[in-house]
Amino acid sequence: MTDKRPDLKDVNERMRGLLARTTHGRDDFEDLVIVPVFAVIVALIFGALIMLATAVDLPTIGRSFVALAVGSVGSLSAWSETLTASIPLVLAGLGLGLGFRAGLFNIGAEGQLLMGGLAAVVAGFSLDFLPMVLHLPLTLLVGALVGALYAAIAGFLKATTGAHEVISTIMLNLISFRLLDWFLRQPFIQREGRSDPISKDVPPSAELPRILDFIDVNLRLHAGIFVMLAAVALVYWMLFRSKIGFAFRASGENPDAANYAGMKAAFIIVLAMGTAGALAGLAGATQVQGVLGRASPGFSAGIGFDAIAVALLGRSHPVGILFAGILFGALEAGGRQMQVDAGVSIDLIGIIQALIIIFIAAPLLVRSIFPWGFRKRRKGGEA
Amino acid sequence: MTDATTTGATAREEKLASANSRRARIMGGVLIALALLVLFTLDVAPGESATFRLTTPRDAVQIGDLVVPGGPFNMIAAALLAFLGVRQFLRGGARWTNISLGIGLAILVMAFLVWATAGKSFSLTGMLQATMVRAVPIALGGLAGVLSERVAVVNIAIEGMLLAGAFTGALVGSLLGGWVGMFAAIAVGGCFGLLLAALVVTYRMDQIIAGVVINLFVLGVTSYVSSQVFAEYRHLNNAPTFRSFKIPILGDIPVIGPMLFNQNLFVYGALILVAVSTYYLFHTKNGLRARAVGEHPRAADTLGIDVYKTRYFHVTLAGMVAGFGGAWFTLGSVGRFDENMTNGRGYIGLAAMIFGRWHPVGALSAALVFGFADSIQQKLALLNTPIPSEFLSMAPYIATIIVVAGLIGRSKPPAANGTPYTKE
Repeated sequence: MTDKRPDLKDVNERMRGLLARTTHGRDDFEDLVIVPVFAVIVALIFGALIMLATAVDLPTIGRSFVALAVGSVGSLSAWSETLTASIPLVLAGLGLGLGFRAGLFNIGAEGQLLMGGLAAVVAGFSLDFLPMVLHLPLTLLVGALVGALYAAIAGFLKATTGAHEVISTIMLNLISFRLLDWFLRQPFIQREGRSDPISKDVPPSAELPRILDFIDVNLRLHAGIFVMLAAVALVYWMLFRSKIGFAFRASGENPDAANYAGMKAAFIIVLAMGTAGALAGLAGATQVQGVLGRASPGFSAGIGFDAIAVALLGRSHPVGILFAGILFGALEAGGRQMQVDAGVSIDLIGIIQALIIIFIAAPLLVRSIFPWGFRKRRKGGEA
Repeated sequence: MTDATTTGATAREEKLASANSRRARIMGGVLIALALLVLFTLDVAPGESATFRLTTPRDAVQIGDLVVPGGPFNMIAAALLAFLGVRQFLRGGARWTNISLGIGLAILVMAFLVWATAGKSFSLTGMLQATMVRAVPIALGGLAGVLSERVAVVNIAIEGMLLAGAFTGALVGSLLGGWVGMFAAIAVGGCFGLLLAALVVTYRMDQIIAGVVINLFVLGVTSYVSSQVFAEYRHLNNAPTFRSFKIPILGDIPVIGPMLFNQNLFVYGALILVAVSTYYLFHTKNGLRARAVGEHPRAADTLGIDVYKTRYFHVTLAGMVAGFGGAWFTLGSVGRFDENMTNGRGYIGLAAMIFGRWHPVGALSAALVFGFADSIQQKLALLNTPIPSEFLSMAPYIATIIVVAGLIGRSKPPAANGTPYTKE
């Protein structure tokens, strides 16, 4: 009992030190607020320039920005669409952010999301004898578990052989696309009477219920939002309040030091990849159980790649990722409105998202474009 | 003291030797498993034989079909594999492990082809030609990877550069003709190379993030323009394509003639670029300097090599190569651009680079393997084999993971790969 207290204090102190080091040389406010805000504004301006360059006239550009705003935050249904789109982005983004903290660059969220979503569909229609109280959480859990296992392959390879996770997760993504196509043609999964690759439906007892349908049945926001919020809280606790989170961050900051401190590097890598995969798998599960209702080829629709952007924009911090995910969800929902109202292709949103990340990831670039708004950097200070 | 060090050294050597022999054992086991696979799953019905057509009726030189009796051939293949496996298992010479494995895989592929074509006939020449064509963008992507990773810049952006090249080729090619389109594609690829260099060298952005972002950006821009502009003005997306032309005499050589010497500009271009860059990287002063920057930038800097300039130059060059490879998708094949038409080929190029151990010729060979898997998958649909095509198309990716994991000898990247350099 007595020798436990100083130990805890010691851990606390080390964590403080670590936190101080992660923000070392950075000006918190500039880094967390001004840079992202600048990035978004500049990206929107560039978006307008690109529209001009492709012969879209000025009134249409004005109308498309209005549509972007109205379609993302202008009404209750717009908010519903924004939040619906942000659920899988935040979930997968949390996983990727956690990986970044542990020094793992996981590009494989797309594949983990596909595998998790597919597993959730299979669990959905094959366990439909269960009551909803059991069926729904169990289905989500199966999605998370399969996502975790798929990601753990890359973690295991890195831990045992040193295979770089960027390459192995890219390959696992490409494999997952083919694997999904194959699975969707298997008689067990393919919907009866169909020759195209499409799965059976998720039964109602495994569907995430729509939470706003008492106002309007067309509001698509589903109970996955609670899963998302719980995940944000859980990841926050895990990263900053738990021992394993400390191990994640320590091995991300300085693997050698972590190893000397007695942390099992291999175990941490596999666990971090697995947790990231579980969150991506959960994102896939909420998507099929709350929005799509079934699996089809490429149902992930690039969410796994957008989530990389979300994690970067959110600075790998759970709360930051929550806001970044909602911003990207808003761009997604507003983009659809923009396409309908102003006839500007939704692909413009992709450009804007990429530009935001360029400016976020290269703060030196933003500083050199906009020297005002930033205090002079201390000499030798990290960018 | 000396005693202790010598014991330490011997212990280390023993450990190394035991690791090597263990690897050889594993390889032996794998080869024996392959032999069993050939024996039991690739069994051909008695009396059936596979017919490989080596020439088409229009060819100048005619040689007869190659008729292989299926049953005996696969028996022999299985026996050979088993021999190699047992030899590997008992002797365990590390020197022979990779060669045995290479021969083993070649035998496996042959046995597979014989099994798949048993009782039918199949044009070998056509498949080799398709292999070469499909290998071109992968080889050029891999070469772009080699050029930038040799100066220690990780290039995930190859995918985006290929896509940008394809797009530019279609757009400019439709307006100003194929040649201008091709040069424009090279120029745009070079611009993205320059952008990548600027982001990672000058602005010290994380190299992988910079690559991912360029991919997202190019995908966004090209998809946007193709749905916003091309959908309405179709004449902007209707480029002429480069026809294949036969090199006299060489093109008439049976089997390999059509594969190497009756192709379009892009195939010849890729072969020439691989040869030139091999010479450049390994036999010229500037190539040596570039590799020095990739292995030990600090030492290179001390010797008066401008690390930043070298990185800028080679990454831009890599972008130009990838832009040329991208033009293949439009000017070299269909003449029109579709959203995301490169479809992960850039990543496969990256895999080819690793497979080829950061060497241009290696990258080309790996690209040929991937192209082979790609073209055989098309043929399998015609031959009606029970193996799902999805699994065959996965094979190259699984092979890449195995290579990256170092299960078949370690593939070693340039020492400073991925790390930014700050001049003191």
